[in-house]
Amino acid sequence: MSVMEPAPAAVSQSGHDYFATLARWKIWEILFWAALAGCYFVPEMDRMLMSRVIIWGLFAMSLDILLGYRGIPSLGHAVFFGTGAYVAGFCGKYGWSEPISALFFAMAVAAALGWLTGKLVQRVAGVGLLMVTLGLNLILFDFVLRSTDLTGGDDGLQGIVIAPVLNMFRFDIYGRTAFWYALVVSFILFIATRILVNSPFGLALIGARENPRRMITLGAPVEGDVSRAFMIAAAIAGAAGALLTQTTQTVAPPTLSFQRSADVLVILIIGGAGRLYGGFIGAIVFILLQDYLSSISPVYWYFWIGLLLVVIVSFFRKGLLPSLDALLQRFIKRKPDAPS
Amino acid sequence: MASILTVLFNGVAYGFLLFVMSVGLSVTLGMMNFVNLAQASFSMLGGYILVTAMQSHGLPFLVCLPIVFVLVGAVSVIVERLIFRHFYKTDDLTQVLLTIGLVFMSIAMATYFWGGSYQRFDMPSWIIGQKEIFGLTLETYRIFLVGFGAVMAVALIFGLERTQLGAMVRACVDNRRVAGACGLNTELIFAFTFAIGGGLAGLGGALSANLLGLDPNFPLRYLVYILIVVSVGGMGTITGTLIAALTLGIADVLGKYYFPQFGSFIIYLLTVAFMLWRPHGLLGRGA
Repeated sequence: MSVMEPAPAAVSQSGHDYFATLARWKIWEILFWAALAGCYFVPEMDRMLMSRVIIWGLFAMSLDILLGYRGIPSLGHAVFFGTGAYVAGFCGKYGWSEPISALFFAMAVAAALGWLTGKLVQRVAGVGLLMVTLGLNLILFDFVLRSTDLTGGDDGLQGIVIAPVLNMFRFDIYGRTAFWYALVVSFILFIATRILVNSPFGLALIGARENPRRMITLGAPVEGDVSRAFMIAAAIAGAAGALLTQTTQTVAPPTLSFQRSADVLVILIIGGAGRLYGGFIGAIVFILLQDYLSSISPVYWYFWIGLLLVVIVSFFRKGLLPSLDALLQRFIKRKPDAPS
Repeated sequence: MASILTVLFNGVAYGFLLFVMSVGLSVTLGMMNFVNLAQASFSMLGGYILVTAMQSHGLPFLVCLPIVFVLVGAVSVIVERLIFRHFYKTDDLTQVLLTIGLVFMSIAMATYFWGGSYQRFDMPSWIIGQKEIFGLTLETYRIFLVGFGAVMAVALIFGLERTQLGAMVRACVDNRRVAGACGLNTELIFAFTFAIGGGLAGLGGALSANLLGLDPNFPLRYLVYILIVVSVGGMGTITGTLIAALTLGIADVLGKYYFPQFGSFIIYLLTVAFMLWRPHGLLGRGA
């Protein structure tokens, strides 16, 4: 797990200055979002694929709040993604076709579920925690698959209608609206998350990740923070799920399968946990690779995903982004020593 | 009445299968704290070795079983020496990701070598059919499974409690550093335990292939069951694993027989409730 130690200079700063430093946007962050938006204008770009990348990035970022900042591994994060996706699907099916309010509603339901999950697991750790989250995922998946009257079972929900966004932009087959809708919603939620993790609350999460006992002696509500972190992560995962439903107008049981929980964990680990951007970088690598590999060999592409995973945890144990960052830091440090 | 007993018996047979598949993971988890999800892949490999030996080379069933045990044991110790031993000091999550990556790779490799469809088994004639015991009509193969599993369980518990090697293994589970300081070669003991655990997993896969069906998705289907057995039983205890495996086997078969509309729902619910009640499992000790 990467440790976000404050820079030595920051220690002497006042608390206010410290948080102000964290909040400042760096140039590469602006470049990253501009590049993502710029993808729209690249000819030949598959916009549906790009909106899928963005949605997965948002989903992985929500897991990052739990795993990267609070240090809780969850093998059942698809529960919240799937909840959001199905709630948005039900809204679209039963006449609530306005997408933005439905998105908020899906987030609220997922958040409530997340809070309950957090309450449930806040005292469990290690393998027990992995088993409980995995078990919850399996329970919900089994439930959705079996309640064919309610959820359509294996076939998923039929007849989802989504109205144009803001009554102006229709969801078309070229994925133009889907792309902008996914990007704007993800960006807004990203900013909210960025503010959150750079706030005292975010710092408390990191503190509890590094040393929960010490945080308790400092008087921090460590257990309460677990359910709050779960709630926030679940809300954002639910938003990602709702986005997927609304941009594709379909929802089926795979949205909350264990496979999906494993995939999102893989994405986050590939990108690197504890950085907010790790999820997005991981999603770009994973989804594009998945798209490419499954087009050249539909049967064997999981071999390469598995190999990628093994290589990442063997050689880039912290994920791509932190490894690159460490490389860059070494490069910058070495430079002044070089004879000039 | 008779039907309940038959279903119970089938549950016990299934439970023994789960026990043989997961006992190795329980012991190695207790010893090295290494979460090895690839245990399910070892089981699958055992199943495929059985298919190849029986269908392509025409070897008799009972000759195949020791071959499976030795081959899968050898493969697992090779994997342990080459890959796993570098990951003993990492956290749970890294180990989960590493081994699930290996599971993905094993699925693709099984598809490559043996094809994606279910395998066909021609079991020997003496093991097919049914037998009347105490007025119950039981399948011969399940009777064989129960006998085999019971012998395995007794042998393992006895071996661990009464032999010198078992004492060494127990010492390593209790406290690896002190065991090493007392002059035990913990690495060697661990590799040996790992080989036996892997071999047993392979044996479990081979025995279950006929009953549960064998295709490349086998590891993903039974991984969850293996994990439930290990975490409910408590890591590092053979007795706990046995109790958990039998309970799970009976509950699963009973649930699917009497409440088919719920499927595995009840099992998962009970597991989650149990893990919240006792996070370290039935007989496990606090970390």
